[in-house]
Amino acid sequence: MARKQHDYDDIPGTFVFDAERSRQGFGINMFCMSLMKDDNRTAFKANEAEYLKKFNLSPEQTDAVLKRDYNRMLELGGNIYFTAKLGATDGHSFQHLAAVMTGASQQDYAAMMLGGGRSVEGNRSRSGKNAPSKFIAAAAAKKAAAAKPKAKAGKAKSKPKSKSTKRK
Amino acid sequence: MARIVAGIGSSHVPAIGAAIDNGKTEEPYWKRVFSGFVRSQEWMRELKPDVAIIVYNDHASAFSVEMIPTFALGCAAEFPPADEGWGPRPVPVVQGHPALASHIAQSVILDEFDLTICNKMEVDHGMTVPMNLLFGKVDKNAHWPCPVVPLAVNVVMYPPPTGHRCFMLGRALKKAVESYPEDLKVVIFGTGGLSHQISGPRAGLINSKWDKSFLDNLSKDPQKLVKIPHIDYMREAGAEGIEMVMWLIMRGALDDKVDEVYRFYTVPASNTAVGHIILANKPRGAAKKPAAKSKPKSKRPAVKHKRAAARAKVDRIRG
Repeated sequence: MARKQHDYDDIPGTFVFDAERSRQGFGINMFCMSLMKDDNRTAFKANEAEYLKKFNLSPEQTDAVLKRDYNRMLELGGNIYFTAKLGATDGHSFQHLAAVMTGASQQDYAAMMLGGGRSVEGNRSRSGKNAPSKFIAAAAAKKAAAAKPKAKAGKAKSKPKSKSTKRK
Repeated sequence: MARIVAGIGSSHVPAIGAAIDNGKTEEPYWKRVFSGFVRSQEWMRELKPDVAIIVYNDHASAFSVEMIPTFALGCAAEFPPADEGWGPRPVPVVQGHPALASHIAQSVILDEFDLTICNKMEVDHGMTVPMNLLFGKVDKNAHWPCPVVPLAVNVVMYPPPTGHRCFMLGRALKKAVESYPEDLKVVIFGTGGLSHQISGPRAGLINSKWDKSFLDNLSKDPQKLVKIPHIDYMREAGAEGIEMVMWLIMRGALDDKVDEVYRFYTVPASNTAVGHIILANKPRGAAKKPAAKSKPKSKRPAVKHKRAAARAKVDRIRG
């Protein structure tokens, strides 16, 4: 069944873990959950394909896990907090996983984060909805408006008078 | 009567916990983060709260995909740290406050918020990292300075509760605490955020402009934040940044007007923008300007029972 389209599918580079993906990815996520136990980690590493059979994954899901295709796992219903446990089982830091998902080297990814992270500019929308949220824009406009009268107040000598009248 | 005196917003980045546990707090990268909490720890030591309500989210530790409660209240006597795949964090078991927790459950559910009750629950970095940031490092065999009432919120599976719903739950928590007869000084934590995305090709997203605007409004004009739709959080603050709605539960539990005691912001800690704020309710009496209004009421015969007094006070606040 084709996935129903949602407003958040317009966000680039993002697989929102919604109820539909939660249902679809139940097996992937329960598999990842099982990796919290040391015995299971050992069994998985001994024979990955065999171990995965316990979790009723689709062939695409099995393939994504075996290939460590983290973006594909998310697309097929995996959730990052769960798939991170697979990364940890492989001995990778979280930042390594993040770098892999973005297609960057870990060094480049770390440098990007130190430089303030990935900018939201140009990364809001696939369909060109690139205007900032009005909840930021409104606050910024208000600040600008608030700054102006102050500048005027410095010049206008009548201002203090009006203030004192208000007090009365 | 119990009273919420202050709200604390804090990120709960797991790498912060790892830095504490592995003795890396003095490394320049981490020192930048921890330096922002030195004053907060002093403030907390001075305040000496009796209980902390901690709003946080579980990260595939206590809840997997088998059960996903939207709001889950911890009513147990204790909450052991969860094994998140590397062994449990070396922090003390979190002591609960079952009496206050069950009072809150009763009050809030009758106020039409259908909480899930957890009488057995493990807690992960989502709770213990903010506790470390505000209480400092505590030896595994020692005790945290105060008991905790955990409130776990689903922000892992979309959709989390709306910002408005979270704010209103905060309101209900405030009412519940203020109708608890024992004199308790309560603080409430909202944790998570600020902007971050840790999944997919857009991972690494940070939006400082959004974060600053969020903190400004949290302090001065929270009603603006209550209207933000989920799509805006996800577009602007990252798919995982949506967990900022949990801060609105904290804010809803405070008075309308608060004093901003402290704020800290830095980028990054691992993949996340770290935000921290302390908001304090004004001392009672000083905050209520219409003192004249309450005077006639005080002429009424003094109420003898604590509970009746608490109820009367709640009525006064409502009115």
